[in-house]
Amino acid sequence: MAKKTYSFYPGCSSQTKASSDNYLKSTNSMCKYLDIELKEIPDWNCCGASIGYAEGGELPRITLSARNMALSEQHNPGMDLVATCAACWLSTRESKERLAHSSQTLAEANTALNEAGLTYKGNQAARHMAEVLVEDFGFDELKKGVKNPLQGIKFAGYVGCQTNRPFGLAGESFENPVYLDNLIEAMGGEAVPYDQKVTCCGGALAFSEPEKSQKQIKDIIESAYDHGAEMIVTPCPLCQANVEIYQGEVNKRFGTKFNIPVMYYSQLITIAYGGTAQEAALDGQLVRATKLEEIAKK
Amino acid sequence: MSEKYHNNFLKEVEEMVEEGEWVKMCMQCGVCAGSCPLGPHWAHPPQEIFMMIRAGKREEVLRSDSMWMCTSCYNCVVRCPRKLPITHIMHGLANYAHRLGLSPKNQPTQQFATLFWNNLAQTGRVNELKLSLGIYFKDGFAQGVKNAMAMQSVGLGMVKAKRLNPMELFGGHGVKDKAGFHAMLKKAREIEDRRKNFA
Repeated sequence: MAKKTYSFYPGCSSQTKASSDNYLKSTNSMCKYLDIELKEIPDWNCCGASIGYAEGGELPRITLSARNMALSEQHNPGMDLVATCAACWLSTRESKERLAHSSQTLAEANTALNEAGLTYKGNQAARHMAEVLVEDFGFDELKKGVKNPLQGIKFAGYVGCQTNRPFGLAGESFENPVYLDNLIEAMGGEAVPYDQKVTCCGGALAFSEPEKSQKQIKDIIESAYDHGAEMIVTPCPLCQANVEIYQGEVNKRFGTKFNIPVMYYSQLITIAYGGTAQEAALDGQLVRATKLEEIAKK
Repeated sequence: MSEKYHNNFLKEVEEMVEEGEWVKMCMQCGVCAGSCPLGPHWAHPPQEIFMMIRAGKREEVLRSDSMWMCTSCYNCVVRCPRKLPITHIMHGLANYAHRLGLSPKNQPTQQFATLFWNNLAQTGRVNELKLSLGIYFKDGFAQGVKNAMAMQSVGLGMVKAKRLNPMELFGGHGVKDKAGFHAMLKKAREIEDRRKNFA
């Protein structure tokens, strides 16, 4: 019996051969080392992300999350619902709040859910994996499992938006959350202070308005470099993708020479806990994290 | 629609726009405008939009491309001294304008948002390959080939890193209960359309 069990909502990007396939793989490895069992919500659907608002409107968007929560309540009762994706977590938690605050929205969402034979009750907490690590384990507990400390590597902990605002982790400040830095340090790495920790990566506008939004990516990476970081670490799949895969585009636009790895916290923990490069899905990086590959268990 | 409200745009927003009942609470401090990552690109920053709503400038607000600059970063929400859910009001206004057919033509974020929703609504999960191709080819085939070629190295890098599957073009991920999923979304849309007088 695993030490802790959660109802797991991986989200669209964390599927096989989707854009955060490496997040899913490294999360599974991390959970194996932490003795966490993730019970995937059967037949979960897309949360609508933020950009879904324009076509999806209010009720259809909330209903998307209500379906996931209803499935989770039904199949994984008594567990907290845990998402790894920032947008999945935000949509789910926001919808949960709306459904709790408006009996009309609740009734309407359930009318729609009935079409799929489901009912939403609202009896599970909607949490992010970072909350599980910080609140259910804590940094001292997490430190105990470290076998290969990430010594000598300087990381810029990039929290970004949606794991930070509007909800964030309990007790953290919106302007300077410290949990990611603490997590880096717990794994033996060095968290550099820098001023773009909670800057927006451009979100969906990285696709639709690159000429307006790529400045965001440039500012984040530039500040990370200026403060001595060798890698960026994030809890968000869209932050990871935008900041990593558009470096070539940003270099063309701004004449920069960026080439910095952008990692997930789950990859750091996996390597520090003695995992292999494969377990941490280090081959999923477009910009290779050679320093982590060197530390990884051979 | 909503003829009776045309002379009272604030009431219309309060009734029809997501979180619109908060608009009157704005005290015009401008912290939202100063906190927005895309601030320089807004023709009218949020506090201006709020004042324009109160001044009854219906056409100017709903035809504006301002709300489409929102990246959903929630900076404005956490910094607003009056705790207005500004991100959601901007989303709500954009959605309302779009559903009324008033949003600016060829607005790229509006186009992307529609592509995104239609993409997820089809199978229940986002097909990232079709979504990317959809945005590259939104302005026709020739431009699409050009866009796709420009992004070729990113795409190939993603395939090599096993984070993009060319086979997604022929199916890909999705929910199993498609019938239930589609019926649920159809019903939710029906209820919303009835409530907001959308045709």
